[in-house]
Amino acid sequence: MTWMYATAFANTFHNCFIKEDRYKLLLGGIGVTLKVSLIAVALGVLIGFLIALCNLSHSKILKTIGGIYTDVIRGTPSVTQLMLIYFVVFASVQIPKWIIAGIAFGINSGAYVSEIIRAGILSVDKGQTEAGRSLGLNAYQTMTRIVIPQAVKNIFPALCNEFIVLVKETAIVGYVGLVDIQKAGDFIKSATFEAFMPLFATAIIYYTIIKLLTLVFKQLETRMRKSEIR
Amino acid sequence: MIKVHNLHKQFGELEVLKGIDEHITQGEVVAIIGPSGSGKSTFLRCLNLLESVTEGEVLVDDEPINDPKVDVNRIRQKMGMVFQQFNLFPHLTIMENITLAPVLLKKMTKPEAIERGMELLKRVNLAEKADAYPAQLSGGQKQRVAIARALAMDPEIMLFDEPTSALDPEMVGEVLDVMKDLAKSGMTMVIVTHEMGFAREVASRVLFMDQGIVMESGTPEQIFGNPQNERTKNFLSKVL
Repeated sequence: MTWMYATAFANTFHNCFIKEDRYKLLLGGIGVTLKVSLIAVALGVLIGFLIALCNLSHSKILKTIGGIYTDVIRGTPSVTQLMLIYFVVFASVQIPKWIIAGIAFGINSGAYVSEIIRAGILSVDKGQTEAGRSLGLNAYQTMTRIVIPQAVKNIFPALCNEFIVLVKETAIVGYVGLVDIQKAGDFIKSATFEAFMPLFATAIIYYTIIKLLTLVFKQLETRMRKSEIR
Repeated sequence: MIKVHNLHKQFGELEVLKGIDEHITQGEVVAIIGPSGSGKSTFLRCLNLLESVTEGEVLVDDEPINDPKVDVNRIRQKMGMVFQQFNLFPHLTIMENITLAPVLLKKMTKPEAIERGMELLKRVNLAEKADAYPAQLSGGQKQRVAIARALAMDPEIMLFDEPTSALDPEMVGEVLDVMKDLAKSGMTMVIVTHEMGFAREVASRVLFMDQGIVMESGTPEQIFGNPQNERTKNFLSKVL
């Protein structure tokens, strides 16, 4: 009995991953997911930081810009944003798909990151700013030398969480024809009429990536906390 | 050195300062006393524009600092400030706390600033804490570092906003001692304080503030020995 199951399992496995080199689909998918995520994270932090500064500034115009950005991005599904950016904004531009997808997710992530950064900056006691300014530092110097270094520690855990969400969020890039991990699993499913094994493999691959990311973030956080002796 | 004309400060509807005229001359040690909510701290914070001025004029060395054309950062470099909550920078060592501003504002090179920082730390008896972080210090030590940090900019005036109010009682003395030394060295000081004994001993002039105005001003002997204003008498009878 067991032998039968084992053979069936081996056959399915072979069918799903070995036959016609299907594992290569998944490997390529991992590459796409990572590339899209990397661009998205970098762009998301950049946009998030700028929007956070807009929201915290005293200028009415900047505040309005920041407000509208966060409002619109948070108020629409990321699939819609991705498709709009791919099929409308970049419709006639020749750029690799994965870069366009990365930009779309970066724009999306920026809205969430901006709120994280804004909260982190606000979490630094007002007395710190006052102490900096009272010494004669200008607003920029006070921000970069005193407030932001302290805010980073508060921001970091929430930011890691956002990165993890972002990596998983990229599983919708199939909508614009990119073959990421999710889409690769989907292709195998269609080709083999097997649902369990390719989807399970997809899940395991995502889980492993996230697990590794979490470990790296934990390490970084521990190192960061070391300088903070209480 | 500091001239204040008709200073008003409003927080929304609430008028905290209702017209203050003061003239603080070089070398004076001015203690500001009064009940809480009287506007003492707000007045002090208006002197270096940590609070914006609603109406009136604040002149430091004859420069109207609340004029938008005046570079307030340059003026603030001449005025050190010490806060009730110390406000040391927790991510920097004690020495870095002290050298940050002088180096960043190009008053000194880094080695000069460190040398000066060491002098100042010796002056407040904390030389051995140069490489410690603020979190490793007691309240009294933190406040002494905060004073050293302000002095590192070689200010002409030092402002103290209730410097001992957040301290455990046994640590008040060490901070007041540093301030006494500073007063003796001829520093112009404006001190908002609840330490009546200290005000009496160290101040050259005492201001009694209540309800947003200076009710009475005079030498410590006059204010504490023979107050003229009813409110001053009333206040002192409660706190002395």
